[in-house]
Amino acid sequence: MRVTVRLFAKLRDLAGSGELVREVPPPATVQSVWKALVSEMPALADYERTMSVAVNADYSRMSSPVQDGDEVAFLPPVSGG
Amino acid sequence: MGVPLVTVTPDPLDLQALTAEVVGRGSGDGAVASFIGLVREQNQGRRVSFLEYEAYEPLAVRALQRIVEEIRESWPDVRVGVHHRTGRLELGDASVIIVAASPHRASAFAACRYTIERVKQIVPIWKHEHFEGGDVWLEGAVADPDDEAARQAAHRIACA
Repeated sequence: MRVTVRLFAKLRDLAGSGELVREVPPPATVQSVWKALVSEMPALADYERTMSVAVNADYSRMSSPVQDGDEVAFLPPVSGG
Repeated sequence: MGVPLVTVTPDPLDLQALTAEVVGRGSGDGAVASFIGLVREQNQGRRVSFLEYEAYEPLAVRALQRIVEEIRESWPDVRVGVHHRTGRLELGDASVIIVAASPHRASAFAACRYTIERVKQIVPIWKHEHFEGGDVWLEGAVADPDDEAARQAAHRIACA
C-alpha cells in the first residue's frame, strides 16, 4: 500500500523533502511507516523521542493504523506564536 | 465580507478586521482584549535578521479551532479569534493576533492569554530563525492536544 509522508521544519531539512510517497506492507501503523523512514534516513531517528504525529491532518499516535492513501505527518516540537 | 475567526495565512494580519469580526458577533460585550505577537530582534542572545514561519496548515487550523472550543468550555461568555501568519517575516512584523471579547474584562484577558499559551503548545507551526552568522529551527513544546497537564498549565497562567 502507498502512503504520503509529510515532514516539517528540521525533519524536512534532514530528509531533503517535505513530501515523500512510500510503499509500506499492510497492516501498517504510524510506527511502521516511521521505522521504514528511519531505516532509509537514519539521521531522523533522534526525533522519535520528541515528535508528534498526524494521520490525514489529525493528531494521532504511533500505534494508530494507517490505510492505503493516507497522509502521515511527523512533526518536530512546535514553535509558533 | 468579514474575516474568518481562525486562519493561517501568508498575508499581513489585520487586527482591526479581526476585532470587527469577533465583536460584531456578540451582544452585550463590555471588554475586548487583544494580543499581537511580533518578530523580536533579540532571541537567546542572537541578533535576529528575519524569521520564516512554516505551518502544517490543515492541522494548524484544526488546532486553532480546538483552542476556540476549549475557550467555549472554560469561558462560555467569551468569543475569540486568532490569526497566525506564515512565510518570511521581518523584525517588528506581527506573527500572530488574538482578539477576545466578553461582557467583562477578566474573562477577556484570561481567554486572550490562554489562547497564546495554547498556540505555543499545540499548533503545528515552526519558526526558522535567521540570525547574524547562521540559522536555526526553533523547537518548543512537544505538541499533544490531549496532554491535560499542559492544558491546565495554560489555564493557570491565563488566570494568574
